[in-house]
Amino acid sequence: MTRADLHTLTGAYAVHALSGRELGEFERHLAVCDACRQEVRELRETAARLAVASSLAPPPTMKDDVLRRIATVRQEPPRLAARETRESHAGPRRRTGRRAVNVALAACVAAAAVCGGAAVWQYRQASDARDTARRSEQRAARAEELTQVLAAPDAHSRSGRMTGGSTGTVVVSRGLDKAVFLASGLPEPPAGRIYQLWFSDGGTMRPAGLLDSSGRSTAAVMSGAVGKASAMGVTVEPAGGSRAPTGDPLVLLAFPSA
Amino acid sequence: MREPVYIGGPAARGPDLEELLQLVARGDQNAFGTLYDAVSGPVLGLTRSLLRDPAQAEEVTQEVLVEVWRSAARFDPGRGSAMAWIMTVAHRRAVDRVRSAQAASDREERAALLSRTPAFDEVTEQVEARLEREQVRRCMRTLTELQRQSVTLAYYRGRSYREVAELLSLPLGTVKTRLRDGLIRLRDCLGVGA
Repeated sequence: MTRADLHTLTGAYAVHALSGRELGEFERHLAVCDACRQEVRELRETAARLAVASSLAPPPTMKDDVLRRIATVRQEPPRLAARETRESHAGPRRRTGRRAVNVALAACVAAAAVCGGAAVWQYRQASDARDTARRSEQRAARAEELTQVLAAPDAHSRSGRMTGGSTGTVVVSRGLDKAVFLASGLPEPPAGRIYQLWFSDGGTMRPAGLLDSSGRSTAAVMSGAVGKASAMGVTVEPAGGSRAPTGDPLVLLAFPSA
Repeated sequence: MREPVYIGGPAARGPDLEELLQLVARGDQNAFGTLYDAVSGPVLGLTRSLLRDPAQAEEVTQEVLVEVWRSAARFDPGRGSAMAWIMTVAHRRAVDRVRSAQAASDREERAALLSRTPAFDEVTEQVEARLEREQVRRCMRTLTELQRQSVTLAYYRGRSYREVAELLSLPLGTVKTRLRDGLIRLRDCLGVGA
C-alpha cells in the first residue's frame, strides 16, 4: 500500500473498522505520521459526538452495580499507564492482549481435536482470555506464564458448564507440567467467600490456588505442578481458601489424557 | 426577548470530565460516580446500537465503565477529550463483541441494519444528549448517501470496512474514502476541534 492509501485509512481506523494485516500496517504508519495521528484524534472526537447523540438512559440499578464492582477492582498504577500511553495513544491498545488471543487461538488449533466445531465459542473464550490477560498486565510474570501454557505445543483444553451457568475451561500442558483455568461469566463470589481451584489426584483434592474473580472473565495459572492429576475442580471457599474442599465443586473437568 | 442559541460545541456540558477522570485515576470513587452520570448514557446508547440486544448492551456498558475505572491513569488529556477516550474504549469493546458473535453475513441484513437509525428514536432526559442528537442528525443530512451508510455501518453497527464494502457492493477503496470523507464532513459540521 502506498503512503497516500494508508493515509485514507484514518477514517476506518478511527472507528475500529480495520483488522488483520491492514491494522498492523496502518499502526506502523501512524507511528511516523503526525498528520495521521492528528486526524485520527479528530475523527475519534467526532465519533464520540455520534455516541453522545445516541445516549440512552441506563436502568437505575446499574449505577449501584457498577459502583459495587469498581470497589473490588484494582486500578492500574500511573507509571505503567504513562509508559503505555506514550507507546501509542491513538490505537495501539493492548499488545499483550492481542498476543494472548493469538496464542489462545494457536493453542486451540493445536488442540483441534478437542475444540472440534466449537470455533465460535472458542473465539469468545479467547476474547475473554485476552481481556483477562490485559487486566493482568501489571502482573507481567504471571501473564507470561499463562501465555506459555496457552501457547504450549502440547496444550489441550477441556470445558464444561459450571453450576450457575458460567463456562469453565482448563488448558493443560503436560510438557510444562502446568494448567491454566479460564472462566467466563463467573459471578462474584458471595461476600467473604472466594473461588478456589483444585487438582484431583485420583479423587484426592490438592489446593491449586485462589481465583481472583474481579470482572466477567478470569484466567489463572493453577498453583503447583499438574503431576499425576487427572482432573481439576472449582469450589467456593471462605476467604483465604481451605486445605480441603468444604463444598460441592461448581465444575469438575477431567484432563485430556496425555 | 432573545432565545439562547447554541452554536456547535458543548453547550450544555456539565462537569469537567477531564478533571474527573484524573481524580478517578487516583482512586476517587465519588468522582467516578459523577463521571458515571455523565458518560453511562452515551456508553449504553453506543453499545446498544452496536449490539442491539439490551441485556448484552448493559453487560458491555458495565464492563466498559469498570474498565474506565481500572485504566483511568492511561488517559492523557494532551491527546484528546475524556469523552473521546471513553467512547473509544466503549466502541472497541462492543465491536469485539459484535465481531465474535457475528457469522459471516448477510447481504439481506443490510436493509435492516440501515433502516434502524441508531437509537435516535429512543428517549433520554439528558439535555446535552438531546442537543447533540439534533446536531448530529442535522450534520448526517449533509453527507452523501454512501458516506452516511458507510459511517452508520462502521460506527453504529461495528462493521469492518471490508464488510461495509460487501454490504454496499462497493470497491474497498471507495468505502475507505467515503468513510473518511463522511467523518471529516461530520467533524467540520459539528465543529470538532482537536
